[in-house]
Amino acid sequence: MRALIQGLMPHVMVAPILLPMLSAAVMLLMGEGKRTAKLVLGMSSALLGLAVSAALFAWVDAYGTVAYLPGNWPAPFGITLAVDRLSAGMLVLTWLLGACALCFASARWHRAGIHFHPLFQLQLMGLSGAFLTADVFNLFVFFEILLAASYGLLLHGSGKPRVRAGVHYVAVNLAASSLFLIGVSVIYGVTGTLNMAELSARLSEGQVANRHLIDAGAAILAVAFLAKAAAWPLNFWLVPAYASATPPVAAMFAVLTKVGVYALIRLWTLMFAGGPLAGFGADGLFVFGGVSAVLAALGMLASQRLAVQAAAGVMVSAGTLLAALGLGEEAALGAAVFYLVGSTLASSAFFLLVDLVERWRAGTTVVDEAPFLSATLEAQEVNLDDEEAPLVALPFPASTALMGMAFIACTLLTSGMPPLPTFIGKLGMLSAALGSGGASVPVPPRAWLFTGVLLGCGLLTLIALTRTGIRTFWSEMQRARPRVRTPEGLPLVALLAACGVLTLAAGPTMELARATAKSLYDRSEYIHAVLGAEVRPPATAREARQ
Amino acid sequence: MEVVLALAIGILTGSGVWLLLRPRTFQLVVGLSLLAYAVNLFIFSIGGLAIDKEPILADGVPPDLAHYTDPVPQALVLTAIVISFAMTALLLVIIMASRGMTGTDHVDGTEE
Repeated sequence: MRALIQGLMPHVMVAPILLPMLSAAVMLLMGEGKRTAKLVLGMSSALLGLAVSAALFAWVDAYGTVAYLPGNWPAPFGITLAVDRLSAGMLVLTWLLGACALCFASARWHRAGIHFHPLFQLQLMGLSGAFLTADVFNLFVFFEILLAASYGLLLHGSGKPRVRAGVHYVAVNLAASSLFLIGVSVIYGVTGTLNMAELSARLSEGQVANRHLIDAGAAILAVAFLAKAAAWPLNFWLVPAYASATPPVAAMFAVLTKVGVYALIRLWTLMFAGGPLAGFGADGLFVFGGVSAVLAALGMLASQRLAVQAAAGVMVSAGTLLAALGLGEEAALGAAVFYLVGSTLASSAFFLLVDLVERWRAGTTVVDEAPFLSATLEAQEVNLDDEEAPLVALPFPASTALMGMAFIACTLLTSGMPPLPTFIGKLGMLSAALGSGGASVPVPPRAWLFTGVLLGCGLLTLIALTRTGIRTFWSEMQRARPRVRTPEGLPLVALLAACGVLTLAAGPTMELARATAKSLYDRSEYIHAVLGAEVRPPATAREARQ
Repeated sequence: MEVVLALAIGILTGSGVWLLLRPRTFQLVVGLSLLAYAVNLFIFSIGGLAIDKEPILADGVPPDLAHYTDPVPQALVLTAIVISFAMTALLLVIIMASRGMTGTDHVDGTEE
């Protein structure tokens, strides 16, 4: 196995992009029917992609950042792909969510419209490309691929609410893409490069003609990413879009906001974590992140719909991550990366659970079936059963137990309660913020603010979800038995089990997250890997052959 | 030349943003298109404006940027044009669907 990967590296790096692209192409050639064949193809692609991503992660963890030149042009000129711990970790997360969401969709949702499967593969392709690319403009292209696929997926199933939310979603993202292009071109105009590694090298060497233009370009670019990461005040599109999307799609969208966060982490650390421009924009990230986390938590409290609360949970998580990045400290970023993984898994599981719960609530209740059965009769325990069977409580069905336990897990995960990974991540961020200067240095006000935001959001989330849980699971007794099919229960359990594994293996995974943050702040590893990537076969050998 | 181009980009962006903030879906499409034109012109101009200079190496011309126009922004703008065109087409489809389902061309799908 190891020898196999060794032989395939670094070419296997491009597999997470090519694999879904080819599957999508094959699916399109199949026409509109043949759902089972497409499902098998999509599922194999997702599982294979997950295996490749895990292999990439293991490789990067052992041997450090690797770069790949798809066009075989030397680094600053051609397009470069690079994988480091953060990219590989995001890839594993994406493909895990992809496999789970696809499995969930196979129960019924993939029948809600045509072309679900190719769009899903293209979504995975765009996500993988965005995580792998080492070129700012190429990042834009992959963003557009994943957004185009997400427009299609959001509208999957059609219906008025989806189309209405779709108009807003597409319009906001198109406007943000314009800002993205403006930012990229300003940065190119000033530094003369689009390669992230070379950009970082040039900025840290101080070879910048016009620092204010760099600041302006970076700020415009950041606004584009903040809009995708749903930071206040650019987040009003998120809740209607995510709450109206079909549940497996929403579960996949949980990682979409994290792409914005990923791009900010990547570019901010490369451009501003050191060198003459160090620390630019950190205050902005901190403020916007904190405000969006608090407002999202309040929004969760204000809502009664589970889907809206799940969508607000995505925003709380993104806001927390942005605020942690804005602290500008390596230790906080390490814990934030850990939190990112845990909270994304939790949001995804939450969207899947919401579907099960809402279908159960909307399903045939006893009151609906029997209009004569009023609440007062029920209270008198009148037995309306023809057979006069004794009124015994239903045996506690396994599906109810699954849904209840999953809801408890999602509540605890979203609000960050011990001992789950989101709690560990939050604890890490807080201890990094509060203990950065040692005991002798007074804690800066920003750290207190951060503490307040994190704990406050956790409390608000907990109250909101507990209230919904009581109303959903306890208050209405007369209800049909929930029906959970295996392909629906399995991904839910898998996602929550992944969170459990993160808790049990918190020590090693936290070490990985710290190592990720360390290499992000160090930057030299990434720069050397990308700029030092060799064309194959080397130019001299090729000339000799000719 | 720079002033004319800067004014053109500014006017296009201004009109685009104004239309983007209007409540009708058609205004939204036109606004986003104008914004895309402005962005494309902006990308095109970011390599510096030059007259009668080639982007590809030619014989007898010293190989430095003073004698050529920067080819990278031209490559970028081609990509950006294709993407913005495709996205506008997609938006039009969604807007048609919204018009058909809600019976109004308001961006919120309702007149209130």
